Amino acid sequence: MNWPLILLLVRVFAPLSFVTIGGGASILADVERQSVNVHHWVTPAQFLDLFAISRAAPGPGSLLVALIGFRVDGVVGALTAALAVFLPASVLLFLVARVWRHYRGSTWMQAVERGLAPVAAGLVLAGVLSVLRIAEGGIMAWLVAVFAFIALRWLRANPFVLLACGGLIFAVAGHFWWPG
Amino acid sequence: MPRVSIVQLFQVLTQIGLTSFGGGLSGWMYRELVERRRWFSEEEFLSSLAIAQAMPGINVINLSMWVGFRLRGSLGALVGFCAMVFPPLAVIIPLSMAYELLGRYALVHHVLAGIAAAALALTLNMGQRVTAAASRDLISILVVAATFVGVGLLRYPMFETVLAITPISLAWSFYRERHA
Repeated sequence: MNWPLILLLVRVFAPLSFVTIGGGASILADVERQSVNVHHWVTPAQFLDLFAISRAAPGPGSLLVALIGFRVDGVVGALTAALAVFLPASVLLFLVARVWRHYRGSTWMQAVERGLAPVAAGLVLAGVLSVLRIAEGGIMAWLVAVFAFIALRWLRANPFVLLACGGLIFAVAGHFWWPG
Repeated sequence: MPRVSIVQLFQVLTQIGLTSFGGGLSGWMYRELVERRRWFSEEEFLSSLAIAQAMPGINVINLSMWVGFRLRGSLGALVGFCAMVFPPLAVIIPLSMAYELLGRYALVHHVLAGIAAAALALTLNMGQRVTAAASRDLISILVVAATFVGVGLLRYPMFETVLAITPISLAWSFYRERHA
């Protein structure tokens, strides 16, 4: 085991754990800076590819850090990077969960939950917009998203069928209309 | 809240973690846990989502841990963490190796972009439901709108925006609770 390298991964990624407020996107810029510019673990082009995989693959998008860790030190690097980013904040969440259980059902806890709810809903909607903004395919992505939503909601379509259709539509459109 | 065994919890969360292609994991969780299995009411899910977003850490891992904690206590939280990190990690690494072979074909990029666009339907579905559930009165509707406009449209930094809006929402929630 390459201990200096493992410790370096921990030192780079663990501090980001507590900065991930509002989701993995908030640490993306720093992950890129550290792994491309500071430590040269991946090239800019490789980083973009890894980012695309982490977004399309199942599971949390933040597994991007595991893919970078994998490039650094194989499976050990992947596990180290993932745990460095995920574990510290998760321990904190666990402690909060225990406090929450103690006070659950109390009036003020209900007020906190109800007060946080509209902010959470606004963030979900903002998240949709930010993904659409960086989506490839421009207006096409918007159309596919809206039609898939209608099909899911009112036609009770199977989501996997929708994903397959989305992939197929983009493959055809990409082949005929956006050459290269 | 239904009685869910640890094994069942692990199975369901792992299945969500492994099939959530295209991102938007919390949308997949909403579909599976609220719409299909009815382990949570809309309200319970929304308060879990709000806490998962408010706390530092990756939202979907927070959400998975919180869901596990609510159903099965501390062991449930551990299951929630493991199910969302390790199985997807075992999938994404081989995927990234396959991508190194296939990534140079434009078709692969198009298909991935199409899948990501269609996957937004799940987030939109959840966004619409939680917005409806969170919009209890005029003030909460304004809070949803302000968060969406601030973070989504105007692209203000998420952390500062949430920090500015949340106290107002909490204050209103406490006021309502007291005068209900």
